[in-house]
Order: sequence, then C-alpha cells, then structure tokens
Amino acid sequence: MALTLTAKKGKESGRSRHFRKDGVKLLLMASPFVLFAFAFSYVPLFGWIYAFFDYHPGIPLNRTEFIGIQNFRDMFSDPRMGPVLINTLALSFLSILTAPIPMLFAVMVSEVKSGWFKRLVQTVSTLPHYISWIIVYALAFSMFSTEGAVNTIFSHLGISDTPVNVLGNYDRVWTVQTLLLLWKGVGWSAIIYLAAIVSIDSEQYDAAKVDGAGRLRTIWHITVPSIMPTFIVLLLLSISNLLSAGFEQYLVFNNVLVADRIEVLDLYVYRLGLVTGDYSYSTAVGMFKSVISILLLFTVNFLSKKFRGQGIV
Amino acid sequence: MNTQASAQPAGRTETKPARRRRKIDWKDFSFNAINYFILTILILITIYPFYYIFVYSISDSIEAQKGVTFWPAGFSLEAYQKTLTLPGIKDAAIVSLSRTVLGTILTVLCCSFFAYLITKEEMLLRKYVYRFVLITMYFNAGFIPWYLTMKTYGLQNNFLLYIVPSALAGFNVILIKTFIEQLPASLEESAKIDGAGYMRIFTSIIFPLSMPIIATIAVFAAVGQWSTWFDNWFLVENPKLQTLQLVLYTFLNQSSNLANATTEQLNRGDLVRTLTPQSIQMTITMLVTLPIVLVYPLLQRYFVKGIMMGAVKG
Repeated sequence: MALTLTAKKGKESGRSRHFRKDGVKLLLMASPFVLFAFAFSYVPLFGWIYAFFDYHPGIPLNRTEFIGIQNFRDMFSDPRMGPVLINTLALSFLSILTAPIPMLFAVMVSEVKSGWFKRLVQTVSTLPHYISWIIVYALAFSMFSTEGAVNTIFSHLGISDTPVNVLGNYDRVWTVQTLLLLWKGVGWSAIIYLAAIVSIDSEQYDAAKVDGAGRLRTIWHITVPSIMPTFIVLLLLSISNLLSAGFEQYLVFNNVLVADRIEVLDLYVYRLGLVTGDYSYSTAVGMFKSVISILLLFTVNFLSKKFRGQGIV
Repeated sequence: MNTQASAQPAGRTETKPARRRRKIDWKDFSFNAINYFILTILILITIYPFYYIFVYSISDSIEAQKGVTFWPAGFSLEAYQKTLTLPGIKDAAIVSLSRTVLGTILTVLCCSFFAYLITKEEMLLRKYVYRFVLITMYFNAGFIPWYLTMKTYGLQNNFLLYIVPSALAGFNVILIKTFIEQLPASLEESAKIDGAGYMRIFTSIIFPLSMPIIATIAVFAAVGQWSTWFDNWFLVENPKLQTLQLVLYTFLNQSSNLANATTEQLNRGDLVRTLTPQSIQMTITMLVTLPIVLVYPLLQRYFVKGIMMGAVKG
C-alpha cells in the first residue's frame, strides 16, 4: 500500500523518499494508539481461553484442567438458560416493537410551527438520555413506590386507595421496563429522524399543497417515505443487538420480586461470574453471546448490502 | 456557539413559508390542536419526575411524608444541609468531578490527535491502523475477560480505571476526522513550508480550528464520565474512590437501613425534627442530577450537531 502511495504521489525520487520518511514517522506517532486499542480491546479477547478450562480465581491457568467445550455443552442442560434467553429476547422484541414511536414523535415535532415550542419539546425530551440508569431508578422509585407520587396522586383523586407497587410487579415487569426505556430514549432516537426530515426538499411539500393534499397526507406520502431508510437501518442495527438487552437498566431495576423475569443474558453472565464465582462458565456464556451478536451483525449487514445496496456498519 | 445558533433556524425558515397556509381551515386547526396537546402531555411526563424530586427535596421532611404532588409541603433546606455532611458525599463529589474533568481532557486529546494523524495520507499502513482502532467499536470480549484484564493491569481500586480505558473511542475519532478533512488544506501546507512539524501543526492549527467538534466531543465525554458507574460498581471497593452515582445507588438500596436509623433516633428523642430517608434520597438524586440539568440545555445544540454530523457520515 505504501508502495502504491509513493508511486502515485512522488514524482521525483527525492520527494518520494521524503514522503516515505514522513510515513514512518506518522506510523510511529500513531503506534501508541494502536497499542492502546490492542491492550484495552484485543487483549481481553484472550480471556476467552478461560471458557475452555476449569478455571478458579487464584489458581494459575497452567495448573487448571483443560475441559474443552464442556462449558458450551453445559449451556444446553442449564435449566436457567431457557428463561434467561426468553427474558432477553422478550425485552429486545418489545423494544423493537416500540421502535416506530420515536419516528412518530419526530414527525409530530417537525409539524410544530412555533419555534420556541419545538425547541422546548426537543430539549426536554432528550434530557432523560443523558442521565444514568441510577438516576432513572431514583426517579422511577420516587414516582412508583408505594409512597411515591403516582400512588399519592391516585389516592388524592380517589381513583384507588390501595397503593400499587409498579416496580415490584412480577406480571408487568417487561411492560414497565419497556416503557422506562422508551421514556429515556424517545427524544434521543428522534434526533436522527429530525435530521432526516430537515433535509427533505421543501419543494415536495409545495407540490403536494398545490395538489390539495392535507397535513396527514403530506406526512404519509412525503415525510414517512423519506425517513423510512433511516428507520430500516436502525431496525437492522437493533436486530443485531438482540442479545444485548440493556445491562445497566436491568441490573439497577432488579429486585427480589421481579428477578426471575428481568434476568437477561448480560445479567446472568455477571451473576455467574462475580456472584457465583464460576468464571469459566460465565466466560463461555458471554462468548456465546458475543459470537452470536457478531454473526447477527454480519448477517444484517449482508442483507442490507444485498437489498439496499449499502451496508450499515 | 453563534454559528450553530444561526445555522439551525436558517434551515427551518426555508421550509416555513412554504408550508404556511393562507386560510384557516378546521382540519388544519384540529391537527395542530391534537399535535400540541399530545406533545405537551409528553413534556409533562418527562419533566414531572425531575420536578417532583426537586419539590420533595425542599419540602419539610415530616410533612412531605403525607404526600407531595405539586407544591412543596412546607419549606426546609435541612435535607441539603444534612446530605452535604453525610459521610462519603464530599469525597464522592471530588472523585466524580475529577473523573469528569480529567477523563474528558484525556479523551479529547487522544481522540483528536489520533484523528489528525489518520487524516495524513502519507502515513504508512494508514488504512490498517484506522481499521484496527475503529473495529473495536463492534466487538466486546464480554464481562469476565474485561474484568480479569482490568485486574491484571492493576486498575482495580485505582482511579486510573475511570479515565484511561475510555480514552480512545472510535466514534469520536470518526467525528473529529470527518471535521478535520473538511478544513482547507492550504493552512496546513503553508505551516509545513515554514518548517512546522506534525505536532506543531496539530497544536497550533488543527486543534484550535476543530473547536466546534472538540466541544461536542468534550460534552459527550463529560456527561458520559459523570454518569458512568459500572466500573466503580465492579472494580472499585475503596470508599475513598466511590463516585456520586454509586453513593446514590447505595442510598437508594439502603433505604430500609436508613429508615431504621432515623426511627431509632426518634425513639431516643435525639432530634426534635428529623429527616426521613426519602428526603435524603431525593436530595442526593437532586445533587447528582443537577449538574446535567444545568449544563445540558446550553450544550444541547452541540449534541444535536455532533449527532447529525455522525448521521451524515454514516
């Protein structure tokens, strides 16, 4: 590659030698960053080796037994694996199901004529994106605990006197978590759609108006088709993240009452590793997750290239 | 800041007159009414929880127990006074602040310098270097390998854990690189003729000129640093190194312990008027949220712009 570069750019040999020297110098300057990426992103991959050993913390790896793919076999007979996968997929599918909502929200915001109201809606709706899940938990707790705002308001209005414990509701936990995720993310996800809407040629709207189309029809025939490609890309990306249902969210909102139905794959990996201390099996489960996620990403990217003529990564 | 402010409305005014209608017809009116109504409800749903904890935190603790909805129940700043003197709060605030400041500086410097180097086409193996770093965005070794690697590097119970691993982020590099590439090349060339090296060109030309995107990245990074807690949760036990986020979480989970402590105090008659654990929780939540709520509307424009740049690139 360096050769083609010098051949293309260096017309005289003196300049090309100079060029080459600069190239080496630049490579040297970039090497600390390469090393950094290696140390923090590639080195952990070597840790996958623990999945093939019966590793226990404290005992060096060369004195532990090599067990091959035993851990991966164990996954199929692990009774907890089924429910955990169901939780993960259910929560992921629910969040995919709510994916059109940010798009709808963006369309609604773009239809607002008043500048200050538009800015207000955008500013307020993106705020929850920037706060941590711990703060979301604190807010949700203050809203939905038995002494929280919602129960207080309900009893003041005389709607219901028996306090409802929303965050400890076993049957509704998936719904509650999906709504919380939506509350946190809707404004943020809408930004990208708003960017797409701003770039729509306004002549299209003029033409539609001349033809006598109303607001709903211009939205349906102009706005929605223009942002559909964005929607598809985001949808494909979320499919590749199927197994990565938000770890922090479910870790924070986990409690004894709902633990069974909120334990997603990432949470299970953490519990196996740090709580139970089964490093090897935990690594195997984590590896299984990473490999499937990468495969999903490749598949989705391939499909996108094939049908849209453009990849997503 | 000003350029951003003028850039956005400009785009909007173009579409505005085109979409304006001459006559008021009831269909258009009802569309607007419904749209504004729904959006207003959504704003209220988003803002109310923040408002509620604020009102609760300045309410009189005992009266607030009967229920707060819209107005503060009495008024007292006792919760703030008490919370600020709670053990660990001051240390945690210092840790959170320093990780935010130092982490942001480090990531801005690393990402921007690397992005600049990558824009130099004469770099040997440039494509490979770029890909090697960028690809780290798409894979993740998993929890236990990450945990063990950080331990091996001696980052357990170490402040550096907060700021070092996040120093180089592929997404930031893409944003800065895209920005640098659209700067006029002539500036750099004239400096080069004057004999300036890469380092010199970066510090005196590229970095100052890239301020708009640097500001975006800095705000991204700062908010991220302020909100991150899982590194603290998994790898730092040292009470001197706790972040505010985790202190808040501990308080939320210990509400029962706290409740017991306060009732004990009541029974002993130590305090005439005491604080409920709820009040303290609300106040800590307020303290952790406040920096973001204050900084955020001012910098919202930067965020949006940065994201849009990313969108254009992708």
